[in-house]
Amino acid sequence: MLGLIILASLVVLVPLLIVIWYVVSQGVSALNGDFFTKDLGGPTRAQFGQPTGMAQAIAGTFFIDLTALLMAVPVGVGAGLMLAEYKEHPLNPLLRVMNDTLNGMPAILKGLLIFTLVVRPTGTFSGFAGALALGVVMLPIIARATEGALSLVPWSIREAGLALGLPRWRVILAAVLPVARPGLVTGVLIAFARAAGEAAPLLLTSLGNNFLPRDPWNPLEYLTKAADTLPQRLYALAVSPYKQWHAMGWAAGIVLLALVIVVFFVGRLLTRKAH
Amino acid sequence: MTEPAVTPRIRMRTHDLTVDYGNGRGVRDVSLAFEDRKVNALIGPSGCGKTTFLRALNRMHDLTRGVKVTGQALLDGDDIYAAGVDPVTVRRRIGMVFQKPTPFPTMSIFDNVVAGQRLVGQRDRRKLAETAERSLRQAALWDEVADRLRSPASCLSGGQQQRLSIARALAVDPDVLLMDEPTSSLDPAATRRIEELVGQLKQDVTIIIVTHNMQQAARISDVTSFFLDGSVIESGATDAMFTNPIDERTEQYVTGRFG
Repeated sequence: MLGLIILASLVVLVPLLIVIWYVVSQGVSALNGDFFTKDLGGPTRAQFGQPTGMAQAIAGTFFIDLTALLMAVPVGVGAGLMLAEYKEHPLNPLLRVMNDTLNGMPAILKGLLIFTLVVRPTGTFSGFAGALALGVVMLPIIARATEGALSLVPWSIREAGLALGLPRWRVILAAVLPVARPGLVTGVLIAFARAAGEAAPLLLTSLGNNFLPRDPWNPLEYLTKAADTLPQRLYALAVSPYKQWHAMGWAAGIVLLALVIVVFFVGRLLTRKAH
Repeated sequence: MTEPAVTPRIRMRTHDLTVDYGNGRGVRDVSLAFEDRKVNALIGPSGCGKTTFLRALNRMHDLTRGVKVTGQALLDGDDIYAAGVDPVTVRRRIGMVFQKPTPFPTMSIFDNVVAGQRLVGQRDRRKLAETAERSLRQAALWDEVADRLRSPASCLSGGQQQRLSIARALAVDPDVLLMDEPTSSLDPAATRRIEELVGQLKQDVTIIIVTHNMQQAARISDVTSFFLDGSVIESGATDAMFTNPIDERTEQYVTGRFG
């Protein structure tokens, strides 16, 4: 029996190790200084050995993912509060079903939603539209994680606060949420890592962009125009006909993988520290 | 020193108070009066409804779905269940201490004690410090924690945490303090300290205490009410209840023949 369990464990572990090994072995040759400081440009740059890189996708990922996070955290935590703390509220069961449905909905549809609601009316693909789509990906995960973290806080703490004559929202903010914080932080980081790897919602929203903006440090340059992100760029490079771009796509995979692993690691660290 | 002659003043009273859980359990038609600055004990076997009744006295059932409370609970003559009465204001006047100590785990000792004051807008540091010292002294905890008010409350022992919970409840100046088996999770030494404390606290506040332990009720209370199967069987001066009860069932219970 134990043998079977070990076998199952290996089946889980092996694909992860293969992915890491394969991505690294294919992409490491394209990882150099230019990769982080130069933008991609057209295919001729790579073909003729001119400086080319992924700076535009790395910067775009940073600004778009951060914007998505800033929008999704307050709403997601708010919905999680409703799920965990106001169980008797008539909205609660409806929200639960909707949240789980949203969580299970294919990411490409979330991109399509934002395409219809934002891209078409504004007449332009934009990093902001991409951030909205990623925010929709993060929302249900954050809501569920918040609910889970709050549910672990003993009910007696809420009663103790109410018995002091405090309004319910006060008790939740001052006494319950701080106890749930480690679990909440972990949940937010998991949501972030999940969304950071999504290409589908971005294809119809932020579209992609081979070039760094004129002012590469200005977030608005990414949020108001079509902008690049690592997962969507990885896809674009992979389906391109250029051998040199394929290697750069693998390298983008390495960076994406490293980003996700770092976020998870930081999350674990924060959680452990808080305990 | 002579005791001033005062007629007993009723602080809290219930009229036919019924708590219906929708499953047949709960309490039915409980009418009791609680004198000001007395220790009122509620005793009875497990499941008799004494805790259910106690929690109805500061509208703690409001948060539980499907629980219906009918009848009246009067604090100084005003029904706390009357239309338009905010349970939050009720609970400011009727504090509660629970079976298990419930310090807020992320807060310091000081922050715990002043949580009630601070979270309704008291920002004056000097006033908060005064409140903290007064309440911790009242709860007989000051001498043990005065030099470490900023330490986390979770560092205290179980008995200290329970006294901290009492200090926190006292800090908002309640008229009535409900105590739900406050010593059931404590060792004998910590239990004795809480019992002594209850004796001192009744100078300032009306105490209604649920206890599983008949000796405890006999030791600390002035008035005892005996609950059985969701109803009050008998209520009266503690001495009489334990030496010469009227109802046969009360006698059987206090002499340890069931429960």
